[in-house]
Amino acid sequence: MSKLLMFEKPVGMRDTLPHIYETKRKLKEAAESAMRSWGYRFIETPALEYYETVGDASAILDRQLFKLLDQQGNTLVLRPDMTAPIARVAAAKLLKERVPLRLAYSASVYRAQQREGGRAAEFEQIGVEMIGDNTMSADAEVIALLVSVMKQAGLENFQLSLGHIRFTDELFRQILGTEERSEQLRRFLYEKNYVGYREHVKSLPLSSIDKQRLLQFLSLSGGIECLDEAVKLVEGSAGIEALDELKSVFSRLQEYGVDQYVTFDLPLVSHMSYYTGLVFEVYADGVGAPVGNGGRYDDLLQKFGYPAGATGFGLRVDFLLEALEQLEEEAGVHCVLFSNERRIEAIQEAQKRRAAGEYVLLQDVAGVKDVDKFTETCKSVTFFVGKSTGGNA
Amino acid sequence: MSMLTIAMPKGRIFEEAAALMQEAGYQLPPELDESRKLIIEVPEENMRFFLAKPMDVATYVEHGVADIGIAGKDVLLEEERDVYELLDLKISPCYLAVAGIPDTSLNEVAPKIATKYPTVASAYFREKGEQVEIIKLNGSIELAPLIGLSDRIVDIVSTGQTLRENGLVEYETIVGITSRLIVNPVSYRMKNKEISTLVSRLTDTIEEKAVQ
Repeated sequence: MSKLLMFEKPVGMRDTLPHIYETKRKLKEAAESAMRSWGYRFIETPALEYYETVGDASAILDRQLFKLLDQQGNTLVLRPDMTAPIARVAAAKLLKERVPLRLAYSASVYRAQQREGGRAAEFEQIGVEMIGDNTMSADAEVIALLVSVMKQAGLENFQLSLGHIRFTDELFRQILGTEERSEQLRRFLYEKNYVGYREHVKSLPLSSIDKQRLLQFLSLSGGIECLDEAVKLVEGSAGIEALDELKSVFSRLQEYGVDQYVTFDLPLVSHMSYYTGLVFEVYADGVGAPVGNGGRYDDLLQKFGYPAGATGFGLRVDFLLEALEQLEEEAGVHCVLFSNERRIEAIQEAQKRRAAGEYVLLQDVAGVKDVDKFTETCKSVTFFVGKSTGGNA
Repeated sequence: MSMLTIAMPKGRIFEEAAALMQEAGYQLPPELDESRKLIIEVPEENMRFFLAKPMDVATYVEHGVADIGIAGKDVLLEEERDVYELLDLKISPCYLAVAGIPDTSLNEVAPKIATKYPTVASAYFREKGEQVEIIKLNGSIELAPLIGLSDRIVDIVSTGQTLRENGLVEYETIVGITSRLIVNPVSYRMKNKEISTLVSRLTDTIEEKAVQ
């Protein structure tokens, strides 16, 4: 390997420069305050977790984990998401205090580097987990909060797609019989390969009616009316139950007044096995990948020894920033330039302005080579230079 | 209605893809393939086209700078991009095959395979339970066994003429290839109406052609 140059950083790692930092801070503050106003409490967890516990329970694929070893030889992972660590803390401690539990987070997560640029290996996620509440009110609350967070963050042109993993499972199980065959078909959806799905369905030894049912399933997306189409495809209670859940969550979203952001997409499979009920993804105009996703994951808490249902969402801060387009102006800084003889005056002036809430930069002129260039980015300047009284520039 | 940006592959697939679009009733500018302009707008259709290397089409679509693309299945298999593969356009049919010099067998110690498709080739031989070494080349793959670089090649075959002319034979067929309509996952939702219209018009055209 060639010698690294001093400016280089590992693939997928990014710097946040001041003006982006400001935009990001405002965005996060808006999102956090929305979450807090819905009664969610923020927590932090360590960046490193055990591979065997959190790493294994996480929804993130094994090959996407950053792994390292501790001194005892245990494999550690840099947390790939926040849901699994929160499940750990909830199961071990917080659920003993209060159920249901509403928790929120804003933290960096890590995914192994990709083969090329354009994909962050470290990025911030902001999200919530609602643990121990299996009602549809919980599912609806999480989605309504997500919409509220997006709007507070200043985004208007976005859309949610809603699916239900139990509907997909039930439909496939009824028609295909075995879990193995269902999984094969589910993988085509997961890989977004609709051509492969159709070809596979056509090759199966099924009646033409069943084939038609599986093919029609692909077109079940759009407004609430697609659920009426979906009813015709399944038999038996489990599939219908899943559709009823979607309907009643949607009517709750109407009550929240956020249904205009919601569409349905029944073939949505955002993970091969993690989710157990409602799933959703959020898309924003101008960003090439979903800005966030979430859903119900009733099996996760059990892995940490405390069986409890849960639902939640995570948003990617970097993608939200991309969707915002406009960068925040940095707050203006007032500059107090002084020469040594009038130092005391300058310090007093700076303190007075800071006490009044201004951002004030105090600078000895002897430390500046080019005063004009230095003060260019300042909102305003006061000089305390030389023996005469100072003036504003 | 928002504008659709479409990435078209240069070269072999282009003409068939453009013809298919025209049959589906889309007014493509006639100068599209000759033009030196990289990006061509068609305001009447509310579309914007650009030409890209076939291997790069899926990349543009995954990153969302193109909403839609037309790409060979070979590219999708090789690149494994996160895009929707919505439609088999059934154009530019060909297949990926293993080929080599007649009556030769693989080197027992370190069998070498030269290819433009390292991901596909390595998955194929792994599945067969054969451990091989993959050598990535960017073109004139047929040269590799002739000059002694590799035992076999994995490459696209359409008529087989190139292989024959170079005295090579096909050993195995890996998978059939046609061109596909691919869509960015976000565009698929945010521009659903426009994309659905395009997909249904193309579907009708493809079905009509199949009947003929």
